[in-house]
Amino acid sequence: MRDAYLKYMLTIKNLHASIEDKEILKGIDLEIKPGEVHAIMGPNGSGKSTLSSVIAGNEDFEQTEGEIIFENEEISELAPEERAHKGLFLSFQYPVEIPGVSVTNFMRASVNAHRKAQGKEDMPANEMLKLIREKSKMLEIDRKFLSRSLNQGFSGGEKKRNEIFQMAMLEPKLAILDETDSGLDIDALKVVANGVNKLRSKDNSVLLITHYQRLLNYIVPDVVHVMIDGKIVKSGGKELALELEERGYDWIKTEKV
Amino acid sequence: MELKDKLVSSFLAFEEEYGGENDDLHNIRNQAIKDFEQFGFPGRKEEAWKYTSLKSVLKHDYSFFPKKNDSIEYRDIKEYLINDIDTYNLVFIDGVYASHLSNTTHDKIDVCLMSSALNKSPYKAVIDNYFNKIAPKNGINSLNTAFTREGAYIHIHKNKMADKPIQIVNFSTGKETAMFLQPRNLIVVDENSHVQIIERHQSLTDSPVLTNSVTEIFADKRAIVDYYKIQNDKSDASLIDNTFIEQKAESLCSVHTFSLGGKLTRNNLNFYQKGERIDSTLKGITIIEGKQHVDHNTLVHHIEPNCESHQDYKGIFDENSTGVFNGKVLVEKEAQQTNAYQSNNNVLLNDKATINSKPQLEIFADDVRCSHGCTIGQLDEIALHYLRSRGIPKKEAQGLLMYAFANNVLDSVKIPELKKRINTQIAHKLGVEVGFNL
Ligand SMILES: Nc1ncnc2c1ncn2[C@@H]1O[C@H](COP(=O)(O)OP(=O)(O)O)[C@@H](O)[C@H]1O
Ligand SMILES: [Mg+2]
Repeated sequence: MRDAYLKYMLTIKNLHASIEDKEILKGIDLEIKPGEVHAIMGPNGSGKSTLSSVIAGNEDFEQTEGEIIFENEEISELAPEERAHKGLFLSFQYPVEIPGVSVTNFMRASVNAHRKAQGKEDMPANEMLKLIREKSKMLEIDRKFLSRSLNQGFSGGEKKRNEIFQMAMLEPKLAILDETDSGLDIDALKVVANGVNKLRSKDNSVLLITHYQRLLNYIVPDVVHVMIDGKIVKSGGKELALELEERGYDWIKTEKV
Repeated sequence: MELKDKLVSSFLAFEEEYGGENDDLHNIRNQAIKDFEQFGFPGRKEEAWKYTSLKSVLKHDYSFFPKKNDSIEYRDIKEYLINDIDTYNLVFIDGVYASHLSNTTHDKIDVCLMSSALNKSPYKAVIDNYFNKIAPKNGINSLNTAFTREGAYIHIHKNKMADKPIQIVNFSTGKETAMFLQPRNLIVVDENSHVQIIERHQSLTDSPVLTNSVTEIFADKRAIVDYYKIQNDKSDASLIDNTFIEQKAESLCSVHTFSLGGKLTRNNLNFYQKGERIDSTLKGITIIEGKQHVDHNTLVHHIEPNCESHQDYKGIFDENSTGVFNGKVLVEKEAQQTNAYQSNNNVLLNDKATINSKPQLEIFADDVRCSHGCTIGQLDEIALHYLRSRGIPKKEAQGLLMYAFANNVLDSVKIPELKKRINTQIAHKLGVEVGFNL
């Protein structure tokens, strides 16, 4: 049962994280309410992907300080699969190619793992087929793709579309989309945005990580954050994205000082 | 008494009982037992046996001439056959032919018994031409030759296609005693002929079993031979498989070896290319655990120009299991324009598991393309994380990756039912569910 009094979907407090003893995240605070769409923008190397990896539980990174609270529960110690079962989804900036595992077999393993964690039986094969057809149609994914090896030989755009297809199958509570828009032409961008918008509801939240304002024309954010050097240095409404597009990031750096 | 002495001293009794009338054969056997006496079983001091010790499997008090066991019914063995398609079957129980479980033919092709072929006149020419011609003298081959009695005899006559696959299945049932079996197969495929063969050794008992099998295969011009070995035996059963393939011009031969069980398995697989534009394929999947041991010892002898060989062996080793890959490619001076590929990739799932992988390329021709690659590693952590991020628990994600790693070896399996069967066995072994298609 969804907590009727749930105030925040995700609360991040003073999050520090490093890789190979190099500190990347230097104290992040973030609050996302159910139903909200937040965007994080920032220059390359500022730590956006690191933040999404740490939230998703990537064990390459060490969380040295701070809390990650997902639906009133501290999840810092949970394995990536446990975080997924709770309703967290990360669309990877660089989806991994896995030769020999077909998209459908992978998806079935994923959906059934989620169901198992919820104490449910495996989804019957015909239901699974129906769901796969429906969601792949929505994302205009060719049937042939589904029997191919996961991400292997997919173009950049196909990989991203495949990530959103997975998201649509799993219907997460919080979807983090890490540069899902890069590598997409305008038509593909619309298809992907449509997939994300279908997921939106008063109970679901989205965290968009992007370089470009253009995605935000289709998925309109409630809050825009600017991340520089492992910190969120400015937050504002959707107009902030336009301003960043126009003026770049340097003015914020100066403003900060 | 040592096993070697026991074998030598029982040879006379064997000749008395099963020797038959054929004088040439007597001579071959007598020479072979002398050779065995001289060579004995191979030891670790021999380079080719450095990583495989037979000590633990030679220590049992084996019986060599088990009683005929008529109690086995089709239902007892059904699961070990590819039973959802029509096939010729040669079923042997404790080394003795089981006619009630077999399905042979003499219609355009001969699928029958070595014992008949060795003793009956219509087969004499083929036996004279091909029997014991390519298995080199050494302890284990000569031992098998000395005790040659039974096995598969398959002859596909010129321009014929075997109309269905042939299964050769050797069961062992020795209840109280350990058993030593020595099947001997001869497969002759004439010009322009095709055959597909599935071979399996399966123990139905918990007593120790040691099988020393020798198979000689001759593929004449433009013949196509696809041979599949299923090695998924019980943990007390060991196998020394010795397979020799002579190919003539433009023939295509492949051997796939699936090693998913058994105690100790040694595969000596040898290809001799005697003609131009020959293609040889050697593939294997090894997935073992516990204290299991699988050793692939391959040789491809490129003798003439314009030929190819393709080797692809994948291994997954868990717990204390050990693997060996020793792949020798020999390219003679005359064998210009040879393309020889070899790859051996391994995943160790445990600190205690080991693999010794040793490619040996000996190339005397100058215009050739030869490549070999060998990897030993763990599973790809990045891929593992990706799967886990999609909610797939670590163990299952590892299984999926292992499945994916091993599975592409199956792409070249030409019998769909066999492919499906092996695929399912591998998936089951790795704890993954696959085979879901739109
Ligand atoms: N796996 C890694 N190993 C070492 N350094 C890394 C790794 N991943 C990211 N970094 C470093 O962390 C910093 C932030 O990278 P990242 O989070 O990818 O930034 P962004 O997504 O904002 O471009 C960069 O300096 C990058 O080099
Ligand atoms: Mg990034």
